[in-house]
Amino acid sequence: MKWFDYAAPQTVDDALQLAAQNAGALPLAGGTDLLVQMRAGRKTPPFVIDIKRIPELNELKFNEATGLTLGAATPCYLIAKHADVRKYYPALAEVASMIGGTQIQGRASIGGNLCNAAPSADSIPLLIAMIAQCVIAGPSGRRTVAVENFCTAPGQSILGTNEILVSLQIPTPAPNSGACYLRFIPRNEMDIAVVGVGVSITIDAGVIQAARVALASVAPTPLFVPEAGQSLIGKAPSDEAFTAAAAIARDAAKPISDMRGTAKYRSHLCEVLTRRALSQAKGGK
Amino acid sequence: MSTVRVQTTINNQPTEFLCEPRQSLLECLRELLKMTGTKEGCNDGNCGACTVIMDGRIVNSCLVLGVECNGSEITTVEGIAVGSKLHPIQQAFLENAALQCGICTPGFLVAAKSLLESEPHPDEQQIRRYLANNLCRCTGYDKIIKAVQQAAGGAQ
Repeated sequence: MKWFDYAAPQTVDDALQLAAQNAGALPLAGGTDLLVQMRAGRKTPPFVIDIKRIPELNELKFNEATGLTLGAATPCYLIAKHADVRKYYPALAEVASMIGGTQIQGRASIGGNLCNAAPSADSIPLLIAMIAQCVIAGPSGRRTVAVENFCTAPGQSILGTNEILVSLQIPTPAPNSGACYLRFIPRNEMDIAVVGVGVSITIDAGVIQAARVALASVAPTPLFVPEAGQSLIGKAPSDEAFTAAAAIARDAAKPISDMRGTAKYRSHLCEVLTRRALSQAKGGK
Repeated sequence: MSTVRVQTTINNQPTEFLCEPRQSLLECLRELLKMTGTKEGCNDGNCGACTVIMDGRIVNSCLVLGVECNGSEITTVEGIAVGSKLHPIQQAFLENAALQCGICTPGFLVAAKSLLESEPHPDEQQIRRYLANNLCRCTGYDKIIKAVQQAAGGAQ
Protein backbone atom coordinates (compact mmCIF):
# COMPACT_ATOMS: atom_id res chain seq x y z
CA MET A 1 0.00 0.00 0.00
CA LYS A 2 1.23 3.53 -0.75
CA TRP A 3 2.09 5.75 2.16
CA PHE A 4 -0.73 7.83 3.63
CA ASP A 5 -1.21 9.81 6.79
CA TYR A 6 -3.97 8.95 9.22
CA ALA A 7 -6.15 10.72 11.73
CA ALA A 8 -9.16 9.63 13.78
CA PRO A 9 -11.17 12.77 14.61
CA GLN A 10 -13.85 12.80 17.30
CA THR A 11 -16.34 15.18 15.64
CA VAL A 12 -17.85 15.73 12.20
CA ASP A 13 -16.46 19.29 12.17
CA ASP A 14 -12.94 18.03 12.82
CA ALA A 15 -13.33 15.44 10.06
CA LEU A 16 -14.49 18.12 7.61
CA GLN A 17 -11.58 20.34 8.58
CA LEU A 18 -9.11 17.49 7.99
CA ALA A 19 -10.73 16.86 4.61
CA ALA A 20 -10.40 20.52 3.69
CA GLN A 21 -6.73 20.61 4.73
CA ASN A 22 -5.74 17.41 2.92
CA ALA A 23 -6.66 17.32 -0.75
CA GLY A 24 -7.64 13.84 -1.89
CA ALA A 25 -8.29 12.54 1.64
CA LEU A 26 -10.76 9.66 1.91
CA PRO A 27 -12.94 8.64 4.86
CA LEU A 28 -12.42 5.20 6.39
CA ALA A 29 -15.19 3.37 8.23
CA GLY A 30 -14.94 -0.46 8.40
CA GLY A 31 -12.35 -0.54 5.63
CA THR A 32 -13.65 -3.76 4.09
CA ASP A 33 -13.91 -2.12 0.68
CA LEU A 34 -11.53 0.84 0.96
CA LEU A 35 -8.48 -1.05 2.25
CA VAL A 36 -8.88 -3.70 -0.47
CA GLN A 37 -9.06 -0.98 -3.13
CA MET A 38 -6.04 0.83 -1.69
CA ARG A 39 -3.96 -2.34 -1.55
CA ALA A 40 -4.84 -3.05 -5.18
CA GLY A 41 -3.75 0.50 -6.09
CA ARG A 42 -7.21 1.48 -7.32
CA LYS A 43 -7.37 4.26 -4.73
CA THR A 44 -4.30 6.10 -3.49
CA PRO A 45 -5.41 8.71 -0.95
CA PRO A 46 -2.56 10.69 0.62
CA PHE A 47 -4.60 10.96 3.80
CA VAL A 48 -7.15 8.68 5.46
CA ILE A 49 -9.71 10.07 7.89
CA ASP A 50 -10.96 7.36 10.24
CA ILE A 51 -14.51 8.51 10.91
CA LYS A 52 -15.69 5.64 13.10
CA ARG A 53 -14.62 7.23 16.38
CA ILE A 54 -17.12 10.04 15.81
CA PRO A 55 -20.11 9.34 18.10
CA GLU A 56 -22.62 10.77 15.60
CA LEU A 57 -21.49 8.30 12.95
CA ASN A 58 -22.18 5.41 15.34
CA GLU A 59 -25.62 6.56 16.37
CA LEU A 60 -28.27 3.87 16.21
CA LYS A 61 -31.54 5.03 17.68
CA PHE A 62 -35.21 4.60 16.99
CA ASN A 63 -38.06 6.93 17.80
CA GLU A 64 -41.59 6.23 16.58
CA ALA A 65 -42.15 9.85 15.61
CA THR A 66 -38.92 10.31 13.65
CA GLY A 67 -37.91 6.80 12.64
CA LEU A 68 -34.46 5.24 12.64
CA THR A 69 -31.21 7.18 12.74
CA LEU A 70 -28.44 4.94 11.47
CA GLY A 71 -24.95 6.40 11.84
CA ALA A 72 -22.98 5.88 8.65
CA ALA A 73 -20.11 3.98 10.32
CA THR A 74 -22.21 1.67 12.53
CA PRO A 75 -20.96 -1.89 11.92
CA CYS A 76 -23.42 -4.41 10.51
CA TYR A 77 -23.34 -6.74 13.52
CA LEU A 78 -24.65 -3.99 15.81
CA ILE A 79 -27.46 -3.23 13.35
CA ALA A 80 -28.38 -6.91 13.02
CA LYS A 81 -28.75 -7.42 16.78
CA HIS A 82 -30.36 -4.07 17.69
CA ALA A 83 -33.74 -4.72 19.32
CA ASP A 84 -35.62 -1.86 17.62
CA VAL A 85 -34.13 -2.66 14.22
CA ARG A 86 -35.22 -6.28 14.62
CA LYS A 87 -38.70 -5.23 15.70
CA TYR A 88 -39.47 -2.38 13.29
CA TYR A 89 -37.07 -3.04 10.39
CA PRO A 90 -36.55 -6.84 10.32
CA ALA A 91 -35.52 -6.76 6.65
CA LEU A 92 -32.72 -4.33 7.54
CA ALA A 93 -31.52 -6.61 10.36
CA GLU A 94 -31.54 -9.46 7.84
CA VAL A 95 -29.54 -7.58 5.21
CA ALA A 96 -26.99 -6.49 7.84
CA SER A 97 -26.33 -10.16 8.60
CA MET A 98 -26.10 -11.02 4.90
CA ILE A 99 -23.26 -8.74 3.77
CA GLY A 100 -19.97 -10.67 3.74
CA GLY A 101 -19.23 -13.14 6.54
CA THR A 102 -18.89 -12.82 10.32
CA GLN A 103 -15.49 -11.11 10.11
CA ILE A 104 -16.73 -8.57 7.55
CA GLN A 105 -19.89 -7.83 9.55
CA GLY A 106 -17.75 -6.91 12.55
CA ARG A 107 -16.38 -3.94 10.61
CA ALA A 108 -18.47 -3.19 7.50
CA SER A 109 -21.19 -0.54 7.73
CA ILE A 110 -24.38 0.13 5.78
CA GLY A 111 -23.13 3.68 5.21
CA GLY A 112 -19.95 2.27 3.71
CA ASN A 113 -21.93 -0.14 1.54
CA LEU A 114 -23.76 2.92 0.19
CA CYS A 115 -20.65 5.10 -0.28
CA ASN A 116 -18.83 2.28 -2.08
CA ALA A 117 -21.66 2.62 -4.61
CA ALA A 118 -21.35 -0.84 -6.11
CA PRO A 119 -24.23 -1.72 -8.46
CA SER A 120 -24.49 -5.00 -6.52
CA ALA A 121 -24.60 -3.47 -3.00
CA ASP A 122 -27.01 -5.59 -0.95
CA SER A 123 -28.27 -2.85 1.35
CA ILE A 124 -29.12 -0.18 -1.23
CA PRO A 125 -32.27 -1.66 -2.84
CA LEU A 126 -33.74 -2.17 0.62
CA LEU A 127 -32.78 1.37 1.70
CA ILE A 128 -34.55 2.68 -1.42
CA ALA A 129 -37.62 0.55 -0.66
CA MET A 130 -37.64 1.87 2.92
CA ILE A 131 -37.46 5.53 1.71
CA ALA A 132 -34.12 6.21 3.41
CA GLN A 133 -32.64 9.70 3.33
CA CYS A 134 -28.89 10.38 3.39
CA VAL A 135 -27.64 13.12 5.70
CA ILE A 136 -24.47 14.59 4.21
CA ALA A 137 -22.13 17.07 5.91
CA GLY A 138 -19.86 19.35 3.92
CA PRO A 139 -18.05 22.68 4.02
CA SER A 140 -21.28 24.60 3.42
CA GLY A 141 -23.38 22.75 5.99
CA ARG A 142 -25.67 19.78 5.80
CA ARG A 143 -27.97 18.50 3.09
CA THR A 144 -30.34 15.58 2.77
CA VAL A 145 -30.61 13.42 -0.35
CA ALA A 146 -33.00 10.56 -1.14
CA VAL A 147 -30.97 7.35 -1.22
CA GLU A 148 -32.12 6.50 -4.77
CA ASN A 149 -30.30 9.64 -5.95
CA PHE A 150 -27.04 8.90 -4.09
CA CYS A 151 -25.20 6.60 -6.50
CA THR A 152 -24.32 8.07 -9.90
CA ALA A 153 -22.13 5.41 -11.55
CA PRO A 154 -20.25 2.27 -10.47
CA GLY A 155 -18.17 3.39 -7.46
CA GLN A 156 -19.36 7.00 -7.82
CA SER A 157 -21.78 8.99 -5.69
CA ILE A 158 -23.08 12.51 -5.33
CA LEU A 159 -20.74 13.11 -2.39
CA GLY A 160 -18.81 16.24 -3.32
CA THR A 161 -15.20 17.03 -2.46
CA ASN A 162 -14.81 17.24 1.30
CA GLU A 163 -18.29 15.89 2.02
CA ILE A 164 -19.01 12.90 4.26
CA LEU A 165 -22.09 10.78 4.80
CA VAL A 166 -23.16 11.24 8.44
CA SER A 167 -26.25 9.06 8.76
CA LEU A 168 -29.23 7.46 7.14
CA GLN A 169 -32.71 8.44 8.29
CA ILE A 170 -35.34 5.76 7.73
CA PRO A 171 -38.97 6.61 8.45
CA THR A 172 -41.03 4.45 10.79
CA PRO A 173 -42.77 1.82 8.66
CA ALA A 174 -46.49 2.46 8.19
CA PRO A 175 -48.89 0.14 10.05
CA ASN A 176 -49.60 -2.99 8.00
CA SER A 177 -46.46 -2.64 5.97
CA GLY A 178 -43.56 -4.96 5.31
CA ALA A 179 -40.22 -4.95 3.51
CA CYS A 180 -37.95 -7.61 2.07
CA TYR A 181 -34.60 -7.98 0.32
CA LEU A 182 -33.88 -11.10 -1.70
CA ARG A 183 -30.78 -11.87 -3.72
CA PHE A 184 -29.64 -14.73 -5.86
CA ILE A 185 -26.13 -16.06 -5.26
CA PRO A 186 -24.78 -19.48 -6.24
CA ARG A 187 -23.44 -20.07 -2.69
CA ASN A 188 -25.21 -19.72 0.64
CA GLU A 189 -23.15 -16.74 1.79
CA MET A 190 -20.00 -14.69 1.04
CA ASP A 191 -20.93 -13.89 -2.54
CA ILE A 192 -21.92 -10.96 -4.73
CA ALA A 193 -25.55 -10.77 -5.84
CA VAL A 194 -26.27 -11.90 -9.39
CA VAL A 195 -29.50 -9.95 -8.87
CA GLY A 196 -30.90 -8.35 -5.71
CA VAL A 197 -34.40 -7.00 -5.14
CA GLY A 198 -35.60 -4.78 -2.30
CA VAL A 199 -39.30 -4.06 -1.83
CA SER A 200 -41.71 -2.50 0.63
CA ILE A 201 -45.49 -2.72 0.63
CA THR A 202 -48.31 -1.25 2.71
CA ILE A 203 -51.72 -2.94 2.74
CA ASP A 204 -54.84 -1.55 4.38
CA ALA A 205 -58.26 -3.27 4.38
CA GLY A 206 -57.09 -5.69 1.71
CA VAL A 207 -55.91 -2.96 -0.67
CA ILE A 208 -52.31 -2.00 -1.45
CA GLN A 209 -51.74 1.62 -0.35
CA ALA A 210 -48.05 2.00 -1.24
CA ALA A 211 -45.24 -0.10 -2.67
CA ARG A 212 -41.63 0.45 -3.75
CA VAL A 213 -39.31 -1.79 -5.75
CA ALA A 214 -35.55 -1.39 -6.30
CA LEU A 215 -32.99 -3.66 -7.97
CA ALA A 216 -29.28 -4.44 -7.60
CA SER A 217 -26.77 -5.77 -10.13
CA VAL A 218 -28.88 -4.95 -13.20
CA ALA A 219 -27.73 -1.40 -14.02
CA PRO A 220 -24.68 0.86 -13.45
CA THR A 221 -26.28 1.95 -10.17
CA PRO A 222 -28.84 0.43 -7.83
CA LEU A 223 -32.09 0.97 -9.71
CA PHE A 224 -35.32 2.38 -8.29
CA VAL A 225 -38.33 1.27 -10.37
CA PRO A 226 -41.16 3.56 -9.16
CA GLU A 227 -43.60 2.35 -11.82
CA ALA A 228 -43.44 -1.21 -10.47
CA GLY A 229 -44.64 -0.07 -7.06
CA GLN A 230 -47.20 2.34 -8.48
CA SER A 231 -48.76 -0.44 -10.53
CA LEU A 232 -49.80 -2.13 -7.28
CA ILE A 233 -51.57 0.79 -5.63
CA GLY A 234 -55.31 0.26 -5.24
CA LYS A 235 -55.08 -3.46 -6.02
CA ALA A 236 -55.54 -6.47 -3.79
CA PRO A 237 -52.22 -8.18 -2.89
CA SER A 238 -52.66 -11.09 -5.32
CA ASP A 239 -50.20 -13.25 -7.23
CA GLU A 240 -51.57 -11.66 -10.41
CA ALA A 241 -50.78 -8.11 -9.22
CA PHE A 242 -47.31 -9.13 -8.01
CA THR A 243 -46.57 -10.89 -11.31
CA ALA A 244 -47.53 -7.76 -13.26
CA ALA A 245 -45.34 -5.54 -11.04
CA ALA A 246 -42.48 -8.04 -11.38
CA ALA A 247 -42.73 -7.84 -15.18
CA ILE A 248 -42.39 -4.05 -14.94
CA ALA A 249 -39.26 -4.44 -12.77
CA ARG A 250 -37.83 -6.96 -15.25
CA ASP A 251 -38.42 -4.60 -18.16
CA ALA A 252 -36.82 -1.66 -16.31
CA ALA A 253 -33.61 -3.63 -15.65
CA LYS A 254 -30.66 -3.00 -17.94
CA PRO A 255 -28.40 -5.92 -17.06
CA ILE A 256 -25.09 -6.84 -18.63
CA SER A 257 -23.66 -10.31 -19.19
CA ASP A 258 -20.61 -11.13 -17.09
CA MET A 259 -19.08 -14.05 -15.20
CA ARG A 260 -21.95 -14.00 -12.69
CA GLY A 261 -24.71 -14.40 -15.22
CA THR A 262 -26.02 -13.48 -18.65
CA ALA A 263 -28.27 -10.46 -19.21
CA LYS A 264 -31.15 -12.76 -20.09
CA TYR A 265 -30.72 -14.78 -16.91
CA ARG A 266 -30.59 -11.61 -14.83
CA SER A 267 -33.80 -10.31 -16.39
CA HIS A 268 -35.48 -13.57 -15.52
CA LEU A 269 -34.18 -13.35 -11.94
CA CYS A 270 -35.55 -9.79 -11.61
CA GLU A 271 -39.02 -11.06 -12.36
CA VAL A 272 -38.85 -14.07 -10.05
CA LEU A 273 -37.23 -12.28 -7.12
CA THR A 274 -39.52 -9.22 -7.31
CA ARG A 275 -42.57 -11.46 -7.21
CA ARG A 276 -41.21 -13.47 -4.27
CA ALA A 277 -40.03 -10.40 -2.38
CA LEU A 278 -43.43 -8.72 -2.66
CA SER A 279 -45.13 -11.87 -1.48
CA GLN A 280 -42.76 -12.23 1.49
CA ALA A 281 -42.99 -8.54 2.42
CA LYS A 282 -46.77 -8.84 2.45
CA GLY A 283 -46.51 -11.86 4.73
CA GLY A 284 -44.04 -10.08 6.97
CA LYS A 285 -46.30 -7.18 7.87
CA MET B 1 5.17 11.33 7.38
CA SER B 2 6.01 9.50 10.53
CA THR B 3 5.32 6.28 12.30
CA VAL B 4 2.59 6.15 14.90
CA ARG B 5 2.79 4.76 18.41
CA VAL B 6 -0.03 2.29 19.07
CA GLN B 7 -0.93 1.00 22.53
CA THR B 8 -2.92 -2.22 22.63
CA THR B 9 -3.52 -5.27 24.73
CA ILE B 10 -2.63 -8.46 22.86
CA ASN B 11 -3.42 -11.80 24.50
CA ASN B 12 -3.86 -10.00 27.83
CA GLN B 13 -0.41 -8.40 27.59
CA PRO B 14 -0.13 -4.62 27.29
CA THR B 15 1.67 -4.26 23.96
CA GLU B 16 3.03 -1.14 22.28
CA PHE B 17 4.39 -0.82 18.78
CA LEU B 18 5.41 1.82 16.26
CA CYS B 19 3.88 1.36 12.83
CA GLU B 20 3.30 3.13 9.57
CA PRO B 21 -0.36 4.08 8.97
CA ARG B 22 -0.39 1.86 5.90
CA GLN B 23 0.57 -1.30 7.81
CA SER B 24 -2.27 -3.71 8.49
CA LEU B 25 -2.78 -5.27 11.89
CA LEU B 26 -1.68 -8.52 10.25
CA GLU B 27 1.65 -6.97 9.20
CA CYS B 28 2.08 -5.41 12.64
CA LEU B 29 1.55 -8.79 14.31
CA ARG B 30 3.77 -10.78 12.00
CA GLU B 31 6.53 -8.35 11.05
CA LEU B 32 6.78 -5.92 13.97
CA LEU B 33 5.80 -8.15 16.88
CA LYS B 34 7.07 -11.41 15.32
CA MET B 35 3.81 -13.13 16.24
CA THR B 36 3.60 -15.40 13.22
CA GLY B 37 0.73 -17.61 14.40
CA THR B 38 -1.71 -15.44 12.48
CA LYS B 39 -1.40 -16.32 8.79
CA GLU B 40 -1.65 -14.30 5.61
CA GLY B 41 -3.81 -15.99 2.98
CA CYS B 42 -5.50 -13.81 0.40
CA ASN B 43 -4.76 -10.43 2.03
CA ASP B 44 -8.09 -9.06 0.82
CA GLY B 45 -10.67 -10.27 3.32
CA ASN B 46 -11.93 -13.38 1.56
CA CYS B 47 -10.14 -16.29 3.24
CA GLY B 48 -10.15 -15.60 6.99
CA ALA B 49 -6.69 -17.10 7.62
CA CYS B 50 -5.72 -13.88 9.42
CA THR B 51 -8.75 -13.87 11.76
CA VAL B 52 -8.17 -12.36 15.20
CA ILE B 53 -10.55 -11.19 17.90
CA MET B 54 -10.61 -7.41 18.22
CA ASP B 55 -12.65 -5.93 21.08
CA GLY B 56 -14.80 -9.04 21.28
CA ARG B 57 -15.50 -9.49 17.56
CA ILE B 58 -13.64 -11.53 14.98
CA VAL B 59 -12.11 -9.47 12.17
CA ASN B 60 -9.81 -10.11 9.24
CA SER B 61 -6.57 -8.56 10.50
CA CYS B 62 -5.54 -7.86 6.88
CA LEU B 63 -8.47 -5.41 6.69
CA VAL B 64 -7.62 -3.54 9.88
CA LEU B 65 -4.91 -0.91 10.05
CA GLY B 66 -2.47 -1.18 12.93
CA VAL B 67 -3.17 2.47 13.79
CA GLU B 68 -6.86 1.67 14.22
CA CYS B 69 -6.00 -0.62 17.13
CA ASN B 70 -4.98 2.05 19.61
CA GLY B 71 -6.78 1.15 22.83
CA SER B 72 -8.06 -2.16 21.46
CA GLU B 73 -7.93 -5.62 22.96
CA ILE B 74 -6.73 -8.27 20.53
CA THR B 75 -6.66 -12.04 20.84
CA THR B 76 -4.61 -14.09 18.38
CA VAL B 77 -4.20 -17.85 18.04
CA GLU B 78 -1.16 -17.60 20.35
CA GLY B 79 -3.50 -16.50 23.12
CA ILE B 80 -6.14 -19.20 23.15
CA ALA B 81 -4.28 -21.98 24.98
CA VAL B 82 -3.72 -21.61 28.72
CA GLY B 83 -0.04 -22.29 29.32
CA SER B 84 0.63 -25.77 27.99
CA LYS B 85 -3.05 -26.72 28.17
CA LEU B 86 -4.71 -26.53 24.78
CA HIS B 87 -8.05 -24.80 24.38
CA PRO B 88 -10.85 -27.39 23.83
CA ILE B 89 -11.19 -26.25 20.22
CA GLN B 90 -7.47 -26.92 19.61
CA GLN B 91 -7.75 -30.34 21.22
CA ALA B 92 -10.82 -31.12 19.10
CA PHE B 93 -9.02 -30.09 15.89
CA LEU B 94 -6.19 -32.49 16.76
CA GLU B 95 -8.48 -35.38 17.64
CA ASN B 96 -10.59 -34.96 14.50
CA ALA B 97 -7.63 -34.35 12.14
CA ALA B 98 -9.39 -31.14 11.17
CA LEU B 99 -6.37 -29.77 9.35
CA GLN B 100 -4.03 -30.74 6.59
CA CYS B 101 -1.69 -28.01 5.35
CA GLY B 102 -2.47 -25.84 8.36
CA ILE B 103 -2.50 -22.36 6.85
CA CYS B 104 -6.20 -21.79 7.52
CA THR B 105 -6.11 -23.41 10.96
CA PRO B 106 -5.23 -20.41 13.18
CA GLY B 107 -8.10 -18.45 11.61
CA PHE B 108 -10.53 -21.33 12.10
CA LEU B 109 -9.44 -21.82 15.73
CA VAL B 110 -9.90 -18.16 16.60
CA ALA B 111 -13.24 -17.92 14.77
CA ALA B 112 -14.54 -21.16 16.30
CA LYS B 113 -13.50 -20.04 19.79
CA SER B 114 -15.40 -16.81 19.26
CA LEU B 115 -18.46 -18.73 18.01
CA LEU B 116 -18.51 -21.01 21.06
CA GLU B 117 -18.26 -18.03 23.39
CA SER B 118 -21.33 -16.38 21.88
CA GLU B 119 -23.21 -19.61 21.09
CA PRO B 120 -22.01 -22.54 23.25
CA HIS B 121 -24.18 -25.13 21.47
CA PRO B 122 -24.41 -24.22 17.80
CA ASP B 123 -26.07 -26.55 15.30
CA GLU B 124 -24.29 -27.48 12.08
CA GLN B 125 -25.92 -24.70 10.09
CA GLN B 126 -24.91 -22.08 12.65
CA ILE B 127 -21.33 -23.36 12.58
CA ARG B 128 -21.17 -23.31 8.79
CA ARG B 129 -22.67 -19.85 8.59
CA TYR B 130 -20.41 -18.38 11.29
CA LEU B 131 -17.31 -19.86 9.65
CA ALA B 132 -18.32 -18.91 6.08
CA ASN B 133 -15.53 -16.29 5.94
CA ASN B 134 -12.91 -18.97 6.69
CA LEU B 135 -11.78 -20.93 3.67
CA CYS B 136 -10.01 -24.31 3.76
CA ARG B 137 -8.81 -25.79 0.49
CA CYS B 138 -7.75 -29.16 1.98
CA THR B 139 -10.24 -30.73 4.34
CA GLY B 140 -13.59 -30.28 2.63
CA TYR B 141 -14.80 -28.74 5.93
CA ASP B 142 -16.52 -31.84 7.36
CA LYS B 143 -13.72 -32.59 9.83
CA ILE B 144 -13.63 -28.94 10.87
CA ILE B 145 -17.37 -28.91 11.53
CA LYS B 146 -17.06 -32.18 13.49
CA ALA B 147 -14.24 -30.70 15.57
CA VAL B 148 -16.31 -27.64 16.43
CA GLN B 149 -19.25 -29.87 17.32
CA GLN B 150 -17.02 -31.97 19.56
CA ALA B 151 -15.60 -28.90 21.30
CA ALA B 152 -19.14 -27.62 21.82
CA GLY B 153 -20.20 -30.97 23.24
CA GLY B 154 -17.15 -31.07 25.49
CA ALA B 155 -18.08 -27.70 26.94
CA GLN B 156 -21.51 -28.95 27.99
